[in-house]
Amino acid sequence: MEPERPDQPEYKETKQLTGDETAGSSLVEKVRESGMALKERAVGEVKSYKDPQDTQLWKSIFRVSHDRSDPRNRSLAILSNVFLHLHPAKINRDAVRYPFTWGMGGITFYLFIVLTFTGVLLMFYYHPTKADAFKDILYLEHDVPFGKLLRNMHRWAAHLMVITTWLHMFRVVLTGSYKRPREFNWGVGVVLLVLTLLLSFTGYLLPDDQLGFWAVTVGTNMARATPMLGSEGPFGVQLGMTPFNDVRFGLLGGSIVDSNALLRSYIWHCIGIPLVASIFMAVHFWRIRKDGGISGPAPVVLESEMKAVKKK
Amino acid sequence: MAKRRFNLSKGKLIALGVLVALVVLAVLAVEDWHQLWKISSAPDNVPIVAMLFLVPIFTWMGIKQSLANDRLIKELEQDPKLAKTHHRKVEPWRPGWARELHVWPYLVRIEFLVAVIVTVVLFVWSITLNAPLEEPANPNLTMNPSKAPWYFLGLQEMLVYFDPWIAGVVMPSLIMVGLMVFPYVDSNPLGNGYYTLRQRRFAIGMFSVGFLQWLLLIVIGTFIRGPGWIWFWPGQTWDHNAVVFDKNIDLHDLIATSWIGKTLQLGFLQSNWGKWIFGGLVVGGFYVVGALFFHWLMTVDFKRISLRPLHLFPRDPFERKLLERTSILQYVTFQFFAISVLLAMPVKLILRLALTIKYVWVTPWFNI
Ligand code: HEM
Repeated sequence: MEPERPDQPEYKETKQLTGDETAGSSLVEKVRESGMALKERAVGEVKSYKDPQDTQLWKSIFRVSHDRSDPRNRSLAILSNVFLHLHPAKINRDAVRYPFTWGMGGITFYLFIVLTFTGVLLMFYYHPTKADAFKDILYLEHDVPFGKLLRNMHRWAAHLMVITTWLHMFRVVLTGSYKRPREFNWGVGVVLLVLTLLLSFTGYLLPDDQLGFWAVTVGTNMARATPMLGSEGPFGVQLGMTPFNDVRFGLLGGSIVDSNALLRSYIWHCIGIPLVASIFMAVHFWRIRKDGGISGPAPVVLESEMKAVKKK
Repeated sequence: MAKRRFNLSKGKLIALGVLVALVVLAVLAVEDWHQLWKISSAPDNVPIVAMLFLVPIFTWMGIKQSLANDRLIKELEQDPKLAKTHHRKVEPWRPGWARELHVWPYLVRIEFLVAVIVTVVLFVWSITLNAPLEEPANPNLTMNPSKAPWYFLGLQEMLVYFDPWIAGVVMPSLIMVGLMVFPYVDSNPLGNGYYTLRQRRFAIGMFSVGFLQWLLLIVIGTFIRGPGWIWFWPGQTWDHNAVVFDKNIDLHDLIATSWIGKTLQLGFLQSNWGKWIFGGLVVGGFYVVGALFFHWLMTVDFKRISLRPLHLFPRDPFERKLLERTSILQYVTFQFFAISVLLAMPVKLILRLALTIKYVWVTPWFNI
């Protein structure tokens, strides 16, 4: 069923070129005539492409046309699209009000995508080795076309993502959205927050410059003091911890921040943590749907309407 | 609606005067503008400067909506009859409107717009400001100060107040777990899915205090700590040769050697057993006092507190009701995290910075 689609353009009947009719006309005439016919056909075809949504190509990709205002198509636009199907087809009219969510979760997710994109491009130019890492950054900054812009964007998007994650959490608190039934999703969010911070931290070492080196040195020195698992933490020595077998050693792949630490933070940064974070994000989004969508703006409930606690 | 006129009361004038005076003083106190500029314009610090604007803007956005809802709640609370029929949203549904919208295009277009705006902001930011790159890593040349990225400076700053295993491991874990249990200890069923301050004063207050503490530590770590992690006021020149004599002393030493300690002959506090037991008692006492403090904060009706006649514990009937809904487990869990993080942090900060006390509890295995 395809309503209101413009009919296929009708082609003017072209003259059948039979033997006796052409006998009188010259060859030039013949060519001109078939040329005209071809042109007319082309014009008709081009006209039919004017609405790209009517092309076979479009339909094969999107499966439905999007601009139709009939509800079925609008729903299908969401439901039959792999990227959009996380959304419901319809939502509460108030839920799209920007001041309610501040769009912060969405912005955080978008920044994650930007970081993945720019990060993959950076990976083309970067070797996680002591010999190359710093030089690769210089190369990126001075020789790679738009390399500096690429590095800057990756850096600033990362900083921004930390900020937006915090603001998102703050919004969730202010609207009480962590309350039943969303307690679990809040917990998933806390894990995402930690992963976001760890992503930023592991990336800090990669340029292999003084800034990253000392930041990571300071950071991992704290791990030395882990109770029981660190060589300088409470009860660490008693449990046989030394600088060569404690958690810090495990994190750095050695007792100092060196080539193994660079490789480890590279792998955590580019593969390990993004993978885990993607999984948690998938759960986060899934749970938003399963918990009944965005929590509000909900109608206010009065103190006098508070239900008594159920006695078990 | 009547025009709101801006009227300057005496109180407001004084407040304004004090504010202006403070700003002028602050500006006069800056002795080294170059230093101040160097810190605030360091590319990796720009995000914090951005946060100093973003956090207030969004906080304002939240408070504005909360106040609007709170007005509605108050009105309905006072008129039960009206409450039966009245709408429950500040921007209520109107007849003729669809109750539900199609996500395509009404949500997707907002998402698209926001994505475009964020992209533009990122491009402008990345074109105008370069990511920092220092000299190649050199283990033999210590950076002084060597600072973690700004979002971890809160942790690094905590190292001043606590031993590394607390600041670096225990506190972060407590914060994480504390955040995770937050929804489970909040027994208040109201305010689920709408902005309100009136109905959730305590929960929002507690979270905001934690959030602000975190930001405060970051600001201290970024703008105040200089070489050797020494305290330099914003605008003071960083003196790379500055040395601060460690005049911090442990609490048991302070008391034993003080005038009171001498007159009461408390010298035994400095013996091994003396300081273990003393420290344990102090920490235990801190938890008791802390618990009483939070209990008071939880149930008090601030509006009815008065000094004359003395009335410090007026109870808020609504908060009482909430407390009744709170299970013992929820209550104890909340108290534990509140005292160990929200209270311990500022108390230790004040003890260290203002009273120069190093440890309150010294044992052979750990010091607190
Ligand atoms: C990488 C980090 C994160 C991403 C990409 C993300 C993404 C999102 C998105 C897109 C939403 C939909 C509503 C909105 O945009 O506000 C959402 C909702 C939610 N998020 Fe997150 N989030 C993240 C971190 C967090 C954190 C740190 C928390 C809390 C600790 C959290 C708790 C929640 C909750 C409870 C909801 C449901 C809100 C409601 O129903 O109103 N999320 N998240």
